[in-house]
Amino acid sequence: MVLARSDAVAEIRLTGRAASSGLAIGPVIVLTSGGARRTTVGDPSQEAAALEAAIEAATAEIVGLMETVQGEVADILEFQVALLEDDALAEAAYNAIAGGVAADQAWRSALDAEIAGYRAAEDEYFRARAADLVDIRDRVLAQLSGEDTIAKISGGSIVAGEDITPSAFLAADWTRGGAIALAAGSPSSHVAMLARARGAPMVVGLGPLSWNGRPPALALVDGDAGMVIFDPEPETRRLFESRMAAENAARAAADAGRLGPACTADGRRIAILLNIAAPEDLVGLDPAICDGIGLVRTEFLFEATQGLPDEDTQYAVYRRIIDWAKGRPVTIRTLDAGGDKPIPGLTVDGESNPFLGLRGIRLSLARSDVFRLQLRALLRAAAHGALKVMLPMIAVPSELDRAGVMLDAEFAALSAEGVACARPPLGIMVEVPAAALRAEDFGAAFYSIGSNDLTQYTMAAARDVGAVADLNDTGDPAVLSLIARTVEAGRRRGVEVSLCGDAAADTRLTSALLATGLTTLSVAPVAVARLKAAIAMVNS
Amino acid sequence: MHDANASRAAEKYVPLTGAAVLVNAVGLHARPSVKLTQCAKRFAAKIELALAADGPWTDAKSPVKVMRVKAPHGATLYFRVTGPDGEAALAAMLELVNDGFGEV
Repeated sequence: MVLARSDAVAEIRLTGRAASSGLAIGPVIVLTSGGARRTTVGDPSQEAAALEAAIEAATAEIVGLMETVQGEVADILEFQVALLEDDALAEAAYNAIAGGVAADQAWRSALDAEIAGYRAAEDEYFRARAADLVDIRDRVLAQLSGEDTIAKISGGSIVAGEDITPSAFLAADWTRGGAIALAAGSPSSHVAMLARARGAPMVVGLGPLSWNGRPPALALVDGDAGMVIFDPEPETRRLFESRMAAENAARAAADAGRLGPACTADGRRIAILLNIAAPEDLVGLDPAICDGIGLVRTEFLFEATQGLPDEDTQYAVYRRIIDWAKGRPVTIRTLDAGGDKPIPGLTVDGESNPFLGLRGIRLSLARSDVFRLQLRALLRAAAHGALKVMLPMIAVPSELDRAGVMLDAEFAALSAEGVACARPPLGIMVEVPAAALRAEDFGAAFYSIGSNDLTQYTMAAARDVGAVADLNDTGDPAVLSLIARTVEAGRRRGVEVSLCGDAAADTRLTSALLATGLTTLSVAPVAVARLKAAIAMVNS
Repeated sequence: MHDANASRAAEKYVPLTGAAVLVNAVGLHARPSVKLTQCAKRFAAKIELALAADGPWTDAKSPVKVMRVKAPHGATLYFRVTGPDGEAALAAMLELVNDGFGEV
């Protein structure tokens, strides 16, 4: 909808769905989609020159990145540079260009062939290198199409586009404000989860972003109401800024109360745990705001190093988190790859329905080489604090049993080697309805309800399809009944039950969730103050 | 391009050959490949490697081609070196592999 109040300036108001709360104002960066086509294509010699320039620019970009990193990541970047500087890499592309193919198409086909070679490798280490080739391919393509690369998203910007990938989100700096406005997407997408964790306002499902000719300079993002205003009129901006000031004051007041324990109005104590994706999420946080960590998503560890992390790398990361918690329990989830979280060299490409495919514990059991390494790192980390290990996507008890046997075997092996380790309690995520329906049958040391997947599997409504997002409702009686059933199973078996999905932070659901008997909720650090305030209003 | 001199040199020199077993944990993967090609480029000689004594031979100065070989841990790496500094080049390559690329 366009409201034109004057001929000179027409602000563009778009309404979408709120995906991450908060208000933000800032300059707009328009993301072009990865498949962006180049508009002009020249003769073969011009195309060859364009490719050569793009390869050089991509190489310079990586060399620049190398100055900011060290260790394993620097080695990987050095490897990428060595490949880019090798004429053999682009040989097939130049041949195709000489035959009349456009530079971007020629480069893409040449690299895709190279990538296919790596993906077909028998050896784990060579398969994992496919990620490097994908990175190189996309970097050069971005240079060819002149699109804004991720590294150029500066802090405080409003990122607008069709969609944004998790790695693109993670590469940007969100500490200085900023927000996301997407034409597509869903509040339940993976990026939306990350945005909530980092406190970046986000609105999705805005529909086609048309700018009347020129891209907007400034935008206001209202992550509470799900609205974005591009090129606001001065009065609109003034009103928005005063709302922001009031909201910031309210947030500061709530933050002041976040150190205290969470109690309902009638005095029931609720344990609040944190969901984190990486140790960096804990920087500057006082452990006193929580009763422990309820969910560490380890997938990011596997993406960040652009390959599979070794045992020592994993151990070091787990140790940092355990050390931060200062004796509070820390629940680490084993790799939950697959679904909407593909990992090159590990997950299966081209599954007809990845959410019903080889993901979570299924993938870990199928790829025991990778799983064993993670279990060993966890066993070693467990020697240093109250570590608990949680298995994702469990559907039947035998999956838990098989993982338990592997954990015991690695514990015995490490002990025999004289390596310091401890056998952590092994619990399960309850996110497949089959597990919720018979939770009592699992010999789990604890249950953690993954409400996002439990909701999408129960309601048969995908997390990332905006058109059915209304059905994807954790507050639906069917989902709440599965949660209550799991809580009851935990009570009968005398083991802890927590809920670590997005619903835990949705204060509209707090009362309904506590009514199921839940006494432990796990949320992103940014949601702790708000949740404690909401719990204080509940009479149970 | 970097092979132009080497190929001319190759015509005048008898090829030297040698072999070494990949003892580093993960074979000729990213880091070892970069080290190997960097080392090879220090020599004027044409340097090739293969997984069998009779080839097929791969240019040891190209990281892209060396990675395509996907030589696993425990494989025997054969070298064929032709050029004026061939002896020094072959010795350097064998030493690098025998040392496990400094990773063992």
